[in-house]
Amino acid sequence: MTPFTTLRAVAAPMAEANIDTDQILPKQFLATTERSGLARGLFADQRFNPDGRENPDFVLNRAPFRGAQILIAGDNFGCGSSREHAPWALLDFGVRCIVAPSFAEIFYNNCINNGILPAIADPAICTELGAEADGGEFTVDLSSQTIVTPAGEQFGFTIEAGRKAKLLAGADDITLTLLRTDEIAAFERRRVVWL
Amino acid sequence: MSGRTLYDKIWEAHLVAVEDDGAALLYVDLHLVYEVMSPQAFAGLRAAGRRVRRPELTLAVCDHNTPTENQRAGVSAIADASARRQVETMLVNARDFGVEIFPMGDPRNGIVHVVGPEQGRTQPGMVIVCGDSHTSTHGAFGALAFGIGTSEVEHVLATQTLRARKAKNMLVQFHGAPPIGAGAKDMALALIGQIGSGGGAGHVIEYAGEAVRNLSMEGRLTLCNLTIENGARAGMVAPDEQTLAYLKGRPGAPKQGWVDASSFWRTLRSDADARWDTVVDVDCTTLAPLVTWGTNPEQVGPISAAIPDPASFADPVKQASARRALDYMGLTPGQKLEGLAIDRVFIGSCANGRIEDLRQAASIAKGRKVAPHVRAMVVPGSGQVRAQAEAEGLDRVFTAAGFEWREPGCSMCLGMNPDKALSGERVASTSNRNFEGRQGRGARTHLMSPAMAALAAIEGKLADLRRLGR
Repeated sequence: MTPFTTLRAVAAPMAEANIDTDQILPKQFLATTERSGLARGLFADQRFNPDGRENPDFVLNRAPFRGAQILIAGDNFGCGSSREHAPWALLDFGVRCIVAPSFAEIFYNNCINNGILPAIADPAICTELGAEADGGEFTVDLSSQTIVTPAGEQFGFTIEAGRKAKLLAGADDITLTLLRTDEIAAFERRRVVWL
Repeated sequence: MSGRTLYDKIWEAHLVAVEDDGAALLYVDLHLVYEVMSPQAFAGLRAAGRRVRRPELTLAVCDHNTPTENQRAGVSAIADASARRQVETMLVNARDFGVEIFPMGDPRNGIVHVVGPEQGRTQPGMVIVCGDSHTSTHGAFGALAFGIGTSEVEHVLATQTLRARKAKNMLVQFHGAPPIGAGAKDMALALIGQIGSGGGAGHVIEYAGEAVRNLSMEGRLTLCNLTIENGARAGMVAPDEQTLAYLKGRPGAPKQGWVDASSFWRTLRSDADARWDTVVDVDCTTLAPLVTWGTNPEQVGPISAAIPDPASFADPVKQASARRALDYMGLTPGQKLEGLAIDRVFIGSCANGRIEDLRQAASIAKGRKVAPHVRAMVVPGSGQVRAQAEAEGLDRVFTAAGFEWREPGCSMCLGMNPDKALSGERVASTSNRNFEGRQGRGARTHLMSPAMAALAAIEGKLADLRRLGR
């Protein structure tokens, strides 16, 4: 997994609450056996009209935000379906960081497992960041847990220490857990099984 | 020291290790997999040369993108090439990694959250995971059950454990008995309406109170199924005699170990002095049949209500969300829900595709006819549900009334298979999500109970079940 340390990039404002994973990656893109190539499906029902042409009103189709790698989002971002295809599509599009007042939990874990930083910030800070998302570059620094706006204002965000360390290191959970195989085996020996 | 909740007890009983960073390594008793969320996980195992640690604790089904007709023809019945490839890949992965699978067309196959309980695989006190958010369903048996992502699926396959962080404890007490016309689905929607789509965030919920005790196992499954729609990690109901009676004799239930197992299960409850981080009370005595009017499940109201004016919400975010929802749904403030013409009806899903749901719908459909402009589908949650319904003659009740009687699967709940609604079509649906595009691009979903959906099919419009005196 690619470590996350710092990111300097354009941020796109997406302030609605409860943006669900069906919106982030609609179901017609789930029938794949791959993790890659999902960028074309990202927000597809909003990015593209039914005839396949771009919807010029959608934020990621507007000039400064086409290359956005940061989303400034609303409450409960990523709610609904557990589909990891949603963060895969974000990553494939180039998004490496989402700032929101809160995230749905499965989506949050899925982001961490794919090297995407889900930064939690106060609602007032998110509103401020959204207002300053004018196409200029933001700087996100994970180790200091700060976001600096294009105008140079600095804000803090929260992330739990274990997940921060994992993102910074780009650590792979399975490799770490397999180091504990003896403990898993010991648990299995004392586990009660009814026949 | 204060007492422990049921969640605390199950959590502690499954701790393999605790990492320095506070992450727990939790042992998984049952891992359910299916075709859509698992192929990348098995591919990851292959690439790393890993095996499935405990294939016998893993069960695979095919449900999300399987068609609901002509399943006997096998994989070739799947018209869409990429969906077919996923189902074929599931079969190959199950074979190569030694995982038991109920393939499409097998009488035991069906929606993963219907199959687990009815096969007796879902048991009290277990930790159950699946790459599907509605895994919360299995909490109805007093199990800790929750959805995970595909990377976590791979982790569980490789290690039989999951890295997890302890959630807070929430007690939701449903007081009193719901009036005629309201039931488990209305209880679940009422809670979401009360606390919001994110109201349960960070918590595991235990559902308690008279109204929960009086629910059948099917009703408890419905209630726990919709837990994820309030944002909680999992929802559970402490096991009781009803839970045990449901389980006894099922294929996966203990046999010679039954006495030991059932006496242990009887001890699984929260202590009287357990500490709750959050307590929510829901009054069931005034519950009405509920219908969603928006594009997330908290946008819900009684069938007798009018569509709210977005300006009536104090929170500007909720105002904006309501405005967008009404635009998508083609509704205007002040319009009555009752009488709203519908185009499609879907009765099924992991929320409401079990035998009791079909019995309730059939009791409304019996001797009546689906309105001529409505296309109505009944999709049993599993092959077993379908067989049971046919043994009771429910299929004939539905087909005589003009409903389509389909083969099991997720069907129109998520529009990943041929069962989809068209853009602009208004759907009365017993599923659990009314998100934009969920049942088909531009489709307008109204969530409700099976009896309410059946009545909508007959009337051709949203109708109040209470007018039938039930």
